[in-house]
Amino acid sequence: METVAPTVLELAPFSNVLVEHNLALTRDSATTLQVNVGKLCNLECQHCHVEAGPDRQEVMEKNTIDNVVSFASRCDFEVVDITGGAPELNPNLAYLVSSIYNHVPKLMLRTNLTSLPDKKYDQLINTLSKYKVVIVASLPSVSQLQTDAQRGNGIFEKSLTILKKLNEAGYGCKNSGLELDIVSNPTGAFFPPSQSAAEKRFKSYLDRRWGIEFNNLYVVTNVPLGRFQKWLVKSSNYENYMHKLADSFNPGSIGGVMCRSYVSVSWNGFLYDCDFNQATNLPLGGSKTHVTDLDGPPMLGDPIAVSDHCYSCTAGAGFTCGGSID
Amino acid sequence: METYYNPKDLPKFTDIGKEAPDLAKKFFEYYTSVFKEGELTEREKALIALAVAHTIQCPYCIDAYSNACLEKGSNTAEMTEALHVAVAIRGGASLVHGLQMRKITEEVSM
Repeated sequence: METVAPTVLELAPFSNVLVEHNLALTRDSATTLQVNVGKLCNLECQHCHVEAGPDRQEVMEKNTIDNVVSFASRCDFEVVDITGGAPELNPNLAYLVSSIYNHVPKLMLRTNLTSLPDKKYDQLINTLSKYKVVIVASLPSVSQLQTDAQRGNGIFEKSLTILKKLNEAGYGCKNSGLELDIVSNPTGAFFPPSQSAAEKRFKSYLDRRWGIEFNNLYVVTNVPLGRFQKWLVKSSNYENYMHKLADSFNPGSIGGVMCRSYVSVSWNGFLYDCDFNQATNLPLGGSKTHVTDLDGPPMLGDPIAVSDHCYSCTAGAGFTCGGSID
Repeated sequence: METYYNPKDLPKFTDIGKEAPDLAKKFFEYYTSVFKEGELTEREKALIALAVAHTIQCPYCIDAYSNACLEKGSNTAEMTEALHVAVAIRGGASLVHGLQMRKITEEVSM
């Protein structure tokens, strides 16, 4: 389900803009290994660049997990960031967590909060808290209408239920040592708010209305790939959105974009500079590389593969998979 | 000219400074300062601007501040409530002038 970008009139290719500004996008030290354990998901969110969903068959198998763990042991990553799809739907998730735990100081798991029945979440929370895994939960908005419009009917209520459950287990609570972060994506063809202002508002609103606590909020720009790109085209927003991203290009953001320090591995073990390049099948540095091919992390100064979706991470203050750079 | 209002004209707002650059510079500096976070957040200021935009019925402003409100983290329910504040004041301003009507009619009536 590779995405082919429609042409946008009068949009300079991202690579040309780098040349115009005398910039080159090259690798810094690789500090984070992002493991995409599969495209299977219970939801079909409108903004999903992966086009994850219930019918997707691509799920990381145990032998690939072993290869990924072996790769992590050969590198000196600071963080392993587990994503999907819905990672909880990979039957080998607990195996991955327990196997990779000893090779990295920090583990993160991205969750849509809704992929498992409540009782199964209890088991998962036990596993995650045992390994002090940081939970990064998706919640686009404190508005039920906005959240459900992006993620599906009833998702807002279900998300609140699981957030409360996570709080009960100590996640997001002071001095528990269990970190709960929230990621917010815009619910349409517009940019996210300032991260600090949004965090203040989410904290106050979630606490006041539902008594929910969390540690950090990250805002992320929607990337015009996959299902989000299709929605942009269908809703006649694609042209404007692409120009808005390009018009907001900030040369100063290049130093901090995530692809400089991330390595992204797909469900079948291939490497990419970031999850967005993975979604559009643009391999690491431009050449197809399997996780078993490398003795260590990508070299400092190696070129990063770019395309027009890169405008998303360089707009304004700049964004990364972990939120706004500012 | 096919239409008085064209969305593509909005980004050209600064062209207004071509004939009077000093005045435009002062205006845009003031404008930018007004919308920065102060005692009110940028989000709150955008909601006020949206309500005022509807009161003065400016298509450019409604376009700009509908998007600005979303990008400051507001949702349609909040934006609609802000609009009703403007509507209430606008409607109330008409209604309260009914006191003038009453005073005048009382003066000339038996």
